[in-house]
Amino acid sequence: MTNNLIVSGSPHIHKPASISRIMWTVVISLIPAGIAGVIIFGLDALWVTLVAVVAAVLTELIFGIWTKKKITVLDGSAVITGILLAFNLPSGVPLWLPIVGAVFSIAIGKQVFGGLGQNIFNPALVGRVFLMASWPKYMTTFTQPLRAAGYDAITSATPLDILKEGKVLEHISYLNLFLGKHGGCIGEVCILALLIGAALLLIKGYISWHIPVTYIFTTAVFTYIFGAAQIFHGDWLFHILSGGLILGAFFMATDYVATPLTAKGQLIFGLGCGLLTAVIRIWGGYPEGVSYAILMMNAATPFIDRYTKCRIYGSK
Amino acid sequence: MVRLAENKHYSENKATQSLPLPAKVYLPLIQHLGKICSPEVKVGDTVSLGQKIASITAHVYAPIHASISGKVVAVQDWPHPVLGRAKAVVIEGDGQDNTAAFHLKNQPEIDKLTAQDLRKIVLDAGIVGMGGASFPTHIKLNPPQPVDTLIINGAECEPYLTADARLMVEKTAEISLGIALVARCLGVQKIYIGIEENKPEAIKAFSGVAGIKVKVLPSDYPQGGEKQLIQKILGKEIPRGKLPFDIGVSVQNVATVYAIYEAVYKGKPLIERIVTVAGSCLQSPKNLLVRIGTPIKNLIEFCGPLKEPPAKIIIGGPMMGIAQYTDEVPIIKSSGGLLLMNKKEAKITEEDPCIRCAACVRGCPVGLMPCQINLASERLLWNLTKEYGASDCIECGICNYVCPSNRRLLQTIKRAKLEVVK
Repeated sequence: MTNNLIVSGSPHIHKPASISRIMWTVVISLIPAGIAGVIIFGLDALWVTLVAVVAAVLTELIFGIWTKKKITVLDGSAVITGILLAFNLPSGVPLWLPIVGAVFSIAIGKQVFGGLGQNIFNPALVGRVFLMASWPKYMTTFTQPLRAAGYDAITSATPLDILKEGKVLEHISYLNLFLGKHGGCIGEVCILALLIGAALLLIKGYISWHIPVTYIFTTAVFTYIFGAAQIFHGDWLFHILSGGLILGAFFMATDYVATPLTAKGQLIFGLGCGLLTAVIRIWGGYPEGVSYAILMMNAATPFIDRYTKCRIYGSK
Repeated sequence: MVRLAENKHYSENKATQSLPLPAKVYLPLIQHLGKICSPEVKVGDTVSLGQKIASITAHVYAPIHASISGKVVAVQDWPHPVLGRAKAVVIEGDGQDNTAAFHLKNQPEIDKLTAQDLRKIVLDAGIVGMGGASFPTHIKLNPPQPVDTLIINGAECEPYLTADARLMVEKTAEISLGIALVARCLGVQKIYIGIEENKPEAIKAFSGVAGIKVKVLPSDYPQGGEKQLIQKILGKEIPRGKLPFDIGVSVQNVATVYAIYEAVYKGKPLIERIVTVAGSCLQSPKNLLVRIGTPIKNLIEFCGPLKEPPAKIIIGGPMMGIAQYTDEVPIIKSSGGLLLMNKKEAKITEEDPCIRCAACVRGCPVGLMPCQINLASERLLWNLTKEYGASDCIECGICNYVCPSNRRLLQTIKRAKLEVVK
């Protein structure tokens, strides 16, 4: 017995926690929004998502083999990247588009930085912005929801597009926005489904309220003040319920790797995201600003971390 | 702070049993923070129970006493639970256990003792902080500036350990007398005893004691840490780099206070202590009264038969205890627990990259950012570890415990602490 004892440093017990447990829980939390996407946009949404996931996982696997690192495919992080990328695409895109996007996300967004934990930007958003810059036509051609238009794929504008063009939006109710009965990306439209998933992550303690709440609140306040021709007349509720704000706030702005560590830093991060999103939506060239807002704040994260250290016990 | 699975129910209701006298004791010449003692006996000498066998002329030290009577058979290097190896006096017992040598004092005699007399008795009895730090108690009883508050630490926040809990229930009156002695020595009026809410019997026992305020603490880890205890009970913090006496506070562990009682009232040096023997390999965990210097194999044998052979043996608790490489290692003054872990629990897991989930940041009881210190330490950037406050780490181990990537945060922070001092 004496010779076989294991000696290691303290502590000698460990919480039942692991990366894969967290990542697969996030995957589960995204399923309601995926189901809603398929119900709203049809099976195309499913194929786009599956193709993106498979492409992301294969890219991760190939990099793992190539760099002779531990194969991390099963930890679920590549699956999340694939799903999030697909959720940021319209359902009607040709299937090579999610493949290109997913390969770019994993290869350029994640692996070139050193893999899991090393990336500066949210990989899915890197892929999305790449596709946006390269094939803007596919990326902005949205399918009309099935129930509104029958099974013919009719293209439609998103509510934010309509707003950007200065048209009136009387025909979309808040309830329909909440349920996702309008044009948009696969995973962003059904707020109800997204909130169910977000609730799971909050209850499990895998995300905290700091970033999503400040993000959404800041966007709401800013769009309320400046969102209309007359000051303090903006339709803030519309801004919360449309576009990718809820998806972004709960599932992408909370990505551990590229966001600040402390609660204080996370509040600043959320505030910055909200401000940038509102600025782009109101005055920018694009109807939607969530992706760019999060990416810009990702870049600011090391800076935020440096100036928002915790207060050490016993310091003044 | 985190809530841990306490696992105290295995032994919390088991009355303390005396372990039969060991055939041999191995008494390391250093069982305290400070200078190592020199042996005052040589091979072949006969020693009586409680005889001083090692001492040194120094300020920070505590003498060592024979925990059994018998003959010195060796003075040699021997496994040490904290230091790995250290010089030890080996005594072969004669089976006698003559306690008559201890000089009992009556109350009038004790009432006459001055603070200086008390400190002398504590030093001569070889008493050190028994909560784990093993700092010589006579020095703590002589703070460089006056203190007005005494906090008795009965938190015992480590999972599995119930030695202090049993002591508080079984020796309430004795501990109370010990507390009065410490209070007198320090000249303090305000006395608190902090006990976690998971020890209702101990809380009840001390609720009736005059002059001592019982503070019921949440069962969070590391509630028994000096800094956390003071913060919870007094609502104030010790400034960085300072000690409790800087804010007029003295903290003493219950087992230490009991040892002070025994030294003053019974004339008995520190030759035994309560050790909780627990862990998944045991059929019946126990609280044992053990002579200092008893090899842990005696304790394991006494608690056997085992369910399965231990894969890991820890002296102390599961969060801060030290894994041992042999069962020949003796119990020393600061050893409050002996844990036998099975293969599954002892399995060493692979380290994954940090995903910056910040679980360690939220968990750190002193407000450090362990993941950042870890990254800096791995890159040998010692100035950066200093900037992140590595030296404020209390080594509680929460960061490792919560890390989903199983990163060895504490080890790298400990290394940074050493490098920062250099």
